[in-house]
Amino acid sequence: MMPEFRQTLSYPMALLGGVALMASTAISVADWLTRADIAQRKLEDLQATLQQVVPVAYYDNDLVRDAVTVNEDGKPVTVYRARRNGQVQAVCYQISTPGYGNSAMVMVMGVDRNGALLGVRVISHAETPGLGDKIELSRSDWILRFNGRSLNDPPPSGWAVKKDGGVFDQFTGATITPRALVKAVKDGLEFFAAHRLLLLDDVVAGGKS
Amino acid sequence: MNDYRSLFADGLWHNNVVFAQMLALCPLMAVTTTATNGLGMGLATTGVLLSANVVIASLRHWIAPEVRIPIFVLLIAALVTLADMAINAWLHELYKVLGLFIPLIVVNCCVLGRAESFASRQPVFASAVDGLAMGLGLTFALILIGGCREVLGSATLFAQASLLLGQSFVFLEITLIRNYPGFLLMLLPPGGFLVLGFLLAGKRVMEQHRVRRQAPVATPVNSTA
Repeated sequence: MMPEFRQTLSYPMALLGGVALMASTAISVADWLTRADIAQRKLEDLQATLQQVVPVAYYDNDLVRDAVTVNEDGKPVTVYRARRNGQVQAVCYQISTPGYGNSAMVMVMGVDRNGALLGVRVISHAETPGLGDKIELSRSDWILRFNGRSLNDPPPSGWAVKKDGGVFDQFTGATITPRALVKAVKDGLEFFAAHRLLLLDDVVAGGKS
Repeated sequence: MNDYRSLFADGLWHNNVVFAQMLALCPLMAVTTTATNGLGMGLATTGVLLSANVVIASLRHWIAPEVRIPIFVLLIAALVTLADMAINAWLHELYKVLGLFIPLIVVNCCVLGRAESFASRQPVFASAVDGLAMGLGLTFALILIGGCREVLGSATLFAQASLLLGQSFVFLEITLIRNYPGFLLMLLPPGGFLVLGFLLAGKRVMEQHRVRRQAPVATPVNSTA
């Protein structure tokens, strides 16, 4: 019942090629079908994240599309600008820092035009479950303690965990995570201070479009 | 009919992917920190198992034995990619909960195992039933282990189940002890091995107990002993 062509050496090769072609066709079609939807979902996710750190009252523009890219230490940082009546009221951007065990913690932070923090949220991290993960808002309100802070509040020496003489609490059993996070937020504020004019789009006429 | 019942009995208990075949341990340890994660991973794997079994069973007459393993791997990887894209595009809430775990299904050897030992030599419908039964058995094991780890580790059960299943399932979310300090060991991979070990031992005890009860009590008591 086994046809002759199946005995040949080239049959398995043709079969494997055929199946590969079939699989890649299916994936291409699925990619074509889902691409627009996935891009839309990603945009919605970004919007939802940004809304956590910049209250809706701060802007009437399409926050996600008003982005400017700034080079910081050779790494591009995308900054989203919240405008009301054309004037930038707040900006938000992503920062990241190595956490416990050098795995990246990624945060998004919102800063108003005076340099005060509107909010910080951790988007992804690989900190120890049960110890370091209190940086998530769903597990602890610790991250809210940054709200309203700025580079001068507390003064520079206070931008550390209590164990290091600062004003921010560490967690029981986890010092490295909050220490790294506090430093990253401070660096984020310094980034804002360094690029303030550009970010606020206050560059005088004739500047960037 | 009886045949399908035995397929389900195999998948859920006698030949359970985790408790009998001891497969799929890698995604198991990574995912089962909560019962909800276990459920999501189990359902996603069931979908892939079912479709992989159907596709492979319907191609079984054409597949040359010399190249069957690469073909199975190729088909499974393609199906997982399709599932990943579809869930991302159209079931995005689910994707946010499961996103990390979906690609992990590729490394789940039970999918390849079922393709090789069942779907490549059985008719399409039987293969579909086998995939479903094996998947449900895996889901059951993942929920059980995830539930044990969650209860011991953070004193909740089915936390965030409503994110996975929709708002109407909020009732599943149970907090057993408020302000529970947490038992970290259970949430880390060693906790997974511990729970799995105890559950395996429990299953063994149950089965031995059943065998002893079914065996005739005729064994004569040796009075001289």
